[in-house]
Amino acid sequence: MSLRSPLGQVLGSGAAGEGVHHWWAQRLTSLALLPLTIWFVVSLLALPSLDYPTVAGWMHGSLTALLLILMVLVGAWHSQLGLRVVIEDYVHGAGSRTLLLVLVLFAHVLLAAAGVLAVLRMAFGVAP
Amino acid sequence: MSRYTLATSIFNRFTGVALSAGLVLLVYWLLAVAGGPRSFASAARVLSLTVMKIVYAGCIVAFCFHMVAGIRHLVWDTGRGLERRQSQRSAWLVVAVSVLLMLAVGYCAWFAGARAP
Repeated sequence: MSLRSPLGQVLGSGAAGEGVHHWWAQRLTSLALLPLTIWFVVSLLALPSLDYPTVAGWMHGSLTALLLILMVLVGAWHSQLGLRVVIEDYVHGAGSRTLLLVLVLFAHVLLAAAGVLAVLRMAFGVAP
Repeated sequence: MSRYTLATSIFNRFTGVALSAGLVLLVYWLLAVAGGPRSFASAARVLSLTVMKIVYAGCIVAFCFHMVAGIRHLVWDTGRGLERRQSQRSAWLVVAVSVLLMLAVGYCAWFAGARAP
């Protein structure tokens, strides 16, 4: 029997004090992704063409670069949090679950870094 | 009747996983642009394959549904709409709104597709 009060158990987020961190991060990233992804889809559809000069010129803009970086970072974070829940729910072997979680985390960090690098390269490069 | 709320819940997960794959595609495209005209041209050969049209259609379906279903989740988080009747009704609303959104985005993308390299 626990000596902690029911309220303390709920509020208490455990010894680390951040029990609701995952839940909260999933909500905040989804909220941020709403305007970011809508902007991305709309501006992609609004481009007069999807050939190299048009896309490169679009990515050369500072605002585009800023919003793309935010979308890639927040998107990768949200995706990692979501896949983590799916893995935790459906993969039952402790070893394979941990391995898969680590692989998914590394893959997302790699994706985020590569995406940001690509955007920065276009933003700071010579105008096409 | 709860199978509708069950179906939307599962499809929200499924589309979320699909969008994770879409993120890989997005970063591939960004890297192709950053690599210069020649890397873009070779990526465009892959990205303009007929089979990719199915992938893009899947991305549009997944994006629209996951976004609308996600808004429903955010509303739930405020403590609203959690009654059984309400959640059954909002399940239908999510399907209706996201299908309309899919048609709108798909319609625009179809004409944008004519401009693709």
